[in-house]
Amino acid sequence: MTLDLWTITKRTAFYALVVFIVFVAVFPFYYAILTSFKSGTDLFRVTYWPVSFSWDNYISVLSTGSFPRNLLNSVFVASVTVLAALFLAITASFALSRVRFRGRSLLLMTILAVSMFPQIAVLAGLFEVIRFLGIYNTPWALIFSYTIFTLPFTVWVLTTFMRDLPIEIEEAAIVDGATPWIIIWRVFLPLLWPALVTTGLLAFIAAWNEFLFALTFTSSNATRTVPVAIALLSGGSQYEIPWGNIMAASVIVTVPLVVLVLIFQRKIISGLTAGGVKG
Amino acid sequence: MAHIELKNIRKSFGLVDVIKGVDLEIFSGEFMVFVGPSGCGKSTLLRLMAGLEDITSGEMSFDGTLVNALAPSRRGIAMVFQSYALYPHMTVYENMAFGMQLAKSSKEAIQERVEKAAELLQITPYLSRLPKQLSGGQRQRVAIGRAIVRDPKVFLFDEPLSNLDAALRVATRLEIAKLHHAMNSATMVYVTHDQVEAMTLADRICVLRDGLVEQVGTPLELYENPQSLFVAGFIGSPKMNFLNGEIASKFGANTIGIRSEHIEIADRDGSWKGKVVHSESLGSDSFVYVDIGMSGDPVIVRQEGTRHHNPDDAISIAPIPGKIYRFDAAGKPLKH
Repeated sequence: MTLDLWTITKRTAFYALVVFIVFVAVFPFYYAILTSFKSGTDLFRVTYWPVSFSWDNYISVLSTGSFPRNLLNSVFVASVTVLAALFLAITASFALSRVRFRGRSLLLMTILAVSMFPQIAVLAGLFEVIRFLGIYNTPWALIFSYTIFTLPFTVWVLTTFMRDLPIEIEEAAIVDGATPWIIIWRVFLPLLWPALVTTGLLAFIAAWNEFLFALTFTSSNATRTVPVAIALLSGGSQYEIPWGNIMAASVIVTVPLVVLVLIFQRKIISGLTAGGVKG
Repeated sequence: MAHIELKNIRKSFGLVDVIKGVDLEIFSGEFMVFVGPSGCGKSTLLRLMAGLEDITSGEMSFDGTLVNALAPSRRGIAMVFQSYALYPHMTVYENMAFGMQLAKSSKEAIQERVEKAAELLQITPYLSRLPKQLSGGQRQRVAIGRAIVRDPKVFLFDEPLSNLDAALRVATRLEIAKLHHAMNSATMVYVTHDQVEAMTLADRICVLRDGLVEQVGTPLELYENPQSLFVAGFIGSPKMNFLNGEIASKFGANTIGIRSEHIEIADRDGSWKGKVVHSESLGSDSFVYVDIGMSGDPVIVRQEGTRHHNPDDAISIAPIPGKIYRFDAAGKPLKH
């Protein structure tokens, strides 16, 4: 009997903790959604349930200023970053996991070391590089810098995954007459989907949310990405903060990420290599 | 159809010499089996032939053409791996067609060859399945089918049966033997550590030990005329009985070897007295393990039919005259 009581207590405590964590994680976003549908002075009345409902904030944020343009910039920058990072990471990780060469582990450590620098430490240097390349205030500046910061992670994850692919499959492909290029794209890539989806998604989220580089490497409304655009949203006067618009914009930028994760979580399945080799 | 010649082939991984100078000739259409204990270099030698490893020194030629620097796909070989190594994301059909697709063969030609191979191996019903939907034996048949589709001059098998259970192993062994008959123009090289596979499949066996060829010959040559103690002990099941010391000196040898079927249970002049350690009845024949007071393994005696012996029973065994192998201190056979 005492044992049952103890079990119940434990279980209750566990779910209480779960509820608490979910609440802390979700409440700010819930409140943002709530606020985004309010208008006028309702904004400043604290309510926890929807009391009024209007699309005004959404209409205003999407129809005035450069927000739609910023949204497109973000989509473009994040997508190209993901494609560039995955392409480079796939080819690099093939070499790092499958080709024996001198200094391979040193190179891997160096790649990892790159990711240890804080963004702010390389900001000035990167700024000079971007000015030198003549891509300042273009989406390419962001794509360039995001790819640099995403690569260490993508390369490491993909190298680990590729190292685990059975060597015999590669050898069978070699005997079948496959070049390294064909091995990568027609044999390994289909087996790497789970890893590609995971790393691609994380790279996308990182590029989508990035603020510091976006603020530094762009200077006009037309080239900004969403995080900077939201931060710089201004109201009618310098003393008015357009909370409604900011909340609507925040919801708009969050929804694509939620949708992406929901779509791709089904793809992140294990056991894709099942059946290829013994077992 | 390829005549393979290996001249003083060496292979080292860093400082470790794995193949230490192998000279070997494999005739066109022959079924050659490499056999030896693990670590003897048999798989490495096969991979050198496949081109998956670079030859450190020496010459390897197929039909007189030097292939040392030729890419695997250009050598006209096909390989069957121990772990099947099928492409997990491709159907059986795609697995078998992949090599020909890369060689830019026409769709019709590919289809014809794949279907013919599938029929030969009785895997036609599975052509649209993925490897994970097949059993181990079926997967290995697909792997063999993939090799056939390439229409190679040389088939290379790297312990293809090791992952199968005992019954399936026998069945697949038979498939491979049939395949060899069906494609008698193809040269086959087969690596195994199982001497039963070697004996049953091979035209000739090459026994390897520590990166060197110990003996090459037909299964019966190796069985009846082992050129060293090692080969004598490796070929044959159960293992040949070796006796040394006093008993061997009586025969003027350092070590004598005698197969279990060449020992009788009999009490006569020159017989060895001992006691039964253990006995096994397999139905068709029985094995008795006899301790005759020598150090080392008990002597194994084979008898036909079912015989039962109780442990610790006194027993007297005698070798059949003329069936004794004599070896000198270096493990080389002494002439009779």
